[in-house]
Amino acid sequence: MAEATEAVLAGPAPQRRLRTALKNGRVLFGGTVLAALVVLAAGAPLIAPHDPLSQDLISSFLPPSWAPGGEAEYLLGTDSLGRDILSRLIFGAQIALTVAVVASFFAALIGTFLGLLAGYYGGWVDWLISRLVEIWMAFPAVLLSIVLVAVIGTGLHSVIVAIAVIDWTRFCRVVRAETMVQRRQDYVASAVTIGLSRRRTLFAEILPNVVPLLIVLFTLEMGIAIIVEAILSFVGLSVSSDTATWGGLIQEGRLYINQVPWLMVLPMICIILSVLGLNALGDGLRASLDPVMRR
Amino acid sequence: MTGLLEVQALHIDLGGGRNRKPILRGIDFEIPVGGVHGLVGESGAGKTMVGKAVLGLLPPAARIPRGSIMFDRIDVTNLPERARRHLLGRGMALIPQDPMTSLNPAIRVGQQITDLLQVHLALDEGAARTRMLELLHDVHIRQPERVARLYAHELSGGMRQRILIASAFALRPKLIVADEPTTALDVTVQRQVLRLIKDLQASVGTTILFITHDLGVVAKICDTVSVLHTGRVVEAGPVRTLFAWPRHPYTQALFAATPRYDRPGERLKPVPPELTAHLQAEAVAYDRSVAWDRGRA
Amino acid sequence: MSAVFLLKRLILAVPTLFGVTVIVFVLLRVVPGDPINMMIGPGATPQDIQQLREIYGLDKSIWDQFVIYLRDLAHGQFGTSISLRQDVLHLILGRLPVTIELCLMAMWLAIATGVWLGLIGAYGRGRWPEAAVDGFSGLVLAIPDFLWALLFILLLGVAIPIMPISGRLDFDTEFKPYTEFYLIESLVRGDFHVFLSVLLHMILPAVALALPLTAIIARVLKSSINEVMTQDYIMMARAKGYDRRRIIVREALRNALIPTVTLTGVQFTFLVGGTVLIERIFAYPGLGNMAVDAVINRDLPLIQGIVLTFAVLFLVINLLVDLTYAILNPRLRHG
Repeated sequence: MAEATEAVLAGPAPQRRLRTALKNGRVLFGGTVLAALVVLAAGAPLIAPHDPLSQDLISSFLPPSWAPGGEAEYLLGTDSLGRDILSRLIFGAQIALTVAVVASFFAALIGTFLGLLAGYYGGWVDWLISRLVEIWMAFPAVLLSIVLVAVIGTGLHSVIVAIAVIDWTRFCRVVRAETMVQRRQDYVASAVTIGLSRRRTLFAEILPNVVPLLIVLFTLEMGIAIIVEAILSFVGLSVSSDTATWGGLIQEGRLYINQVPWLMVLPMICIILSVLGLNALGDGLRASLDPVMRR
Repeated sequence: MTGLLEVQALHIDLGGGRNRKPILRGIDFEIPVGGVHGLVGESGAGKTMVGKAVLGLLPPAARIPRGSIMFDRIDVTNLPERARRHLLGRGMALIPQDPMTSLNPAIRVGQQITDLLQVHLALDEGAARTRMLELLHDVHIRQPERVARLYAHELSGGMRQRILIASAFALRPKLIVADEPTTALDVTVQRQVLRLIKDLQASVGTTILFITHDLGVVAKICDTVSVLHTGRVVEAGPVRTLFAWPRHPYTQALFAATPRYDRPGERLKPVPPELTAHLQAEAVAYDRSVAWDRGRA
Repeated sequence: MSAVFLLKRLILAVPTLFGVTVIVFVLLRVVPGDPINMMIGPGATPQDIQQLREIYGLDKSIWDQFVIYLRDLAHGQFGTSISLRQDVLHLILGRLPVTIELCLMAMWLAIATGVWLGLIGAYGRGRWPEAAVDGFSGLVLAIPDFLWALLFILLLGVAIPIMPISGRLDFDTEFKPYTEFYLIESLVRGDFHVFLSVLLHMILPAVALALPLTAIIARVLKSSINEVMTQDYIMMARAKGYDRRRIIVREALRNALIPTVTLTGVQFTFLVGGTVLIERIFAYPGLGNMAVDAVINRDLPLIQGIVLTFAVLFLVINLLVDLTYAILNPRLRHG
């Protein structure tokens, strides 16, 4: 009976290989996207051909270099103020990645902390935190983020705070569930037997086992953060419009869409690729971590 | 062979390939028109599968590797979907085991019957409604207008089963498969429902395949009976004969294990494990011979 | 059911509403930065600033401000917009019908399309229709709705310029409406030219709004129907000789809708929340668009009023969802 179950769980051999390949494909694709983002963000001053802020009004609205009227100097064309789009895109990646990492980190911090507490201590602690999560999640994110930015003021810091404050519930719910599962495992019982305090058990034993799941959530959260940043900068609630952000570029492109459509298309492609890549990475990691964790 | 329903050498397996598990190992029985035939056996003996096979409602994992089911001289063993649908409702109907889960919780019970009438008989709403109320009356439901407007969860178990019985008889089918229709009911209600089925059968002349694990029920309603164990018929015959002179040791053991209301203090004797083991060994031997045959072919 | 149930839900809504007003008030008073400064032109004297402060009540203590705020609310007084210099309530009422019209159209689209897709996915189980529906919903949900909106603009507004991409009407349209419900009014007045124009302007933003909800409804309903199909009463339906189409639509659907409503209910409020972005992208003159401007301009009274309005809308939607659930579930109708 046990072997039958094993056989069913493992799946026939060829299927398993396919799944591994797929999962690796996703991780591969996602990992490449992430790596590209990191490289672009870190090396922006070196990689970008121009200063993203320098204007050249004579060369405004130039199409990409391969299109008629384009110039080799401005590879992807220029915007309304003659600024090089490619450079602005690269520096936009810097902003996107920064926001993604920092905001996700804080969201993870808050969410994981509360989730661990709720999952481990149970009782009224759990009840309180769960109610909080419920109420929090009942608010549509867009509305909440806009109100938050109204409160804090525009700027990158408020974008980061907005994302962290709105989306920590994502981490909290998952961590809570996972903690509850882990709490029932043997190693926790043995830790308690040895005489580890509850708090030590929680942070020293359970937390490390929750970390793989956290990594998955983190990558997914980064994708969300990039989108939210793009939305807020599109709407004009992020950094000043001079600074290059993907959302800001889209907004500008929207204004001039009839004359220079590529101005809107290019940042959109960047966002879509980043988000799809990060999602793929998260899904792929989740797939490879799942059977390990369930054991 | 002139029965309305003729089952010959019916084998049913669950799953295929290496995971194949035999449920029925060659069942034969025949029901003449207007007859009531009982299929008795312990739970898991495969009797419900017979009913499902006859109706064509076997689960997707079930297979019929050998044997045949003839209904009204038509081979319905592996009937394609379309033909099957023509048959169901007007040719055959089902009285299910669990009245609560077998009624649609979101549709009023009366509506479930009028829908049936309208789909198969192309009646208009008024005519269907009249007929439906008649049917409710036939199954002794008082205040049929009121009950028809209720939902399944607002009725008692006995009432629900009456609705299902009304539904089964609605189109005057030739054959009704009753799959343990009284098992989920209280004892007092059981008797009423059994009497109801018996009366309806007598007045309409429907053929019934009655599946049950209760010999007492068989005594009350069946003309003939087949006793099943491990997917094979161990004994069969007219009810009177079998009850008076049970020949197979398993049948005898079944009788001994049945509570008798006229002998309240009597001790029940469970079926002796050696007998069960013996029958199971016979089944295994049968499977091996079948597999050997298959391997040869 | 009806009266008592509704009453209970309404009564529950009141403290929630109050909680929202408090939160809104508190949040916006915590604002760093001075809204007054934003409205002042150069050369304003301290007296001018002080005067303005008094007019907007910003010179009083927080507690006083709160009391005044509540009192005014009770009288239907939402204050005056700092950036637009008009009565807030008046401004909101001017734009509310626009957003409501848009949301209603989006919801209708989402429900009709979502249910249809869910049915197809369930009917074609294990074959290409199911895969198609899954693929569609996966794709839709993978890309955030504001990107879809922009894609629509690109594809249908610019690349193949067949749809208008901003505003409610073309510039040159002559239309003197009595209400802000352009669509209904133009239809009622028989002004088909205008009706068509309004409709065309509405379609892209409505579809963009509806997309996520559509995908979710399709997915949840399909899965729900598949669940229901394993039930005994469905087997009974087969035993009655019903064909698959009838079983799915007449027997299974009703039961499958119940959990679907529960699971997708909250998405309807997200749709309303989505108007903030979508209206912005399409330059559609609704409440959401005004909200963004209000935030950019730090217009406290206006922000307050709009957020309150949205909160009321969310409550109404939740109420309606609960009502729908109660209607669909026979156990709640008589109990």
